[in-house]
Amino acid sequence: MSSDKISVMVTSGNREQLQMAAMVASVGAVSGNDVTVFLSMNALKFFVKGATESAPAEGEMGKLLEEKNVPEFKELFEQAVEYGDATISPCSMAVDILGISEDDLESFISEPMGLTSFLSDASEGQVWHF
Amino acid sequence: MAERKIVDAKNTFCPGPLMELIGQMKMAEIGDELEILSTDKGSANDIPEWINKVGHEVLDSFEEEGVWHITVKKTK
Repeated sequence: MSSDKISVMVTSGNREQLQMAAMVASVGAVSGNDVTVFLSMNALKFFVKGATESAPAEGEMGKLLEEKNVPEFKELFEQAVEYGDATISPCSMAVDILGISEDDLESFISEPMGLTSFLSDASEGQVWHF
Repeated sequence: MAERKIVDAKNTFCPGPLMELIGQMKMAEIGDELEILSTDKGSANDIPEWINKVGHEVLDSFEEEGVWHITVKKTK
């Protein structure tokens, strides 16, 4: 089975973008690819333990995602790690700005990663941004 | 002895049925057969694609009254 490198940078805090990022990460990882997800900007707060705020819909599709029985984006990211060995890292700058520590994030999230490492890790594969 | 199991993933959307199947495949033994039920047409195309890519076997696939039945065998 071919194994490719897939790097996913997620900065959006809207439902549609988070959902699509989670789909790319989970399906990519379970199909044997080496997936790294980098969470920064408005995306990161949804991965703080106990976060109850739901991601706002950007448009019609986001509202439909909420109404229909679509797998929740956080669940898909967790499955990317559990079933496909994906690595999901928070951006170290975003962690600092939010004033949180690694322990405040969901247990499937890895250690914070700097942009230099992410860019170097992403240099030889597909890069997706949401 | 090989087992046969039904995985009911009706009324969820892509990639829900695929993820549900993968979760069950992880727990299954080699030789086991799983029949996944899905009402999502995209998943009906995606599941055989995934099975072929990772090297398991699709035994059967048909649609009946809006429900796709895809039977797969864990081969490794």
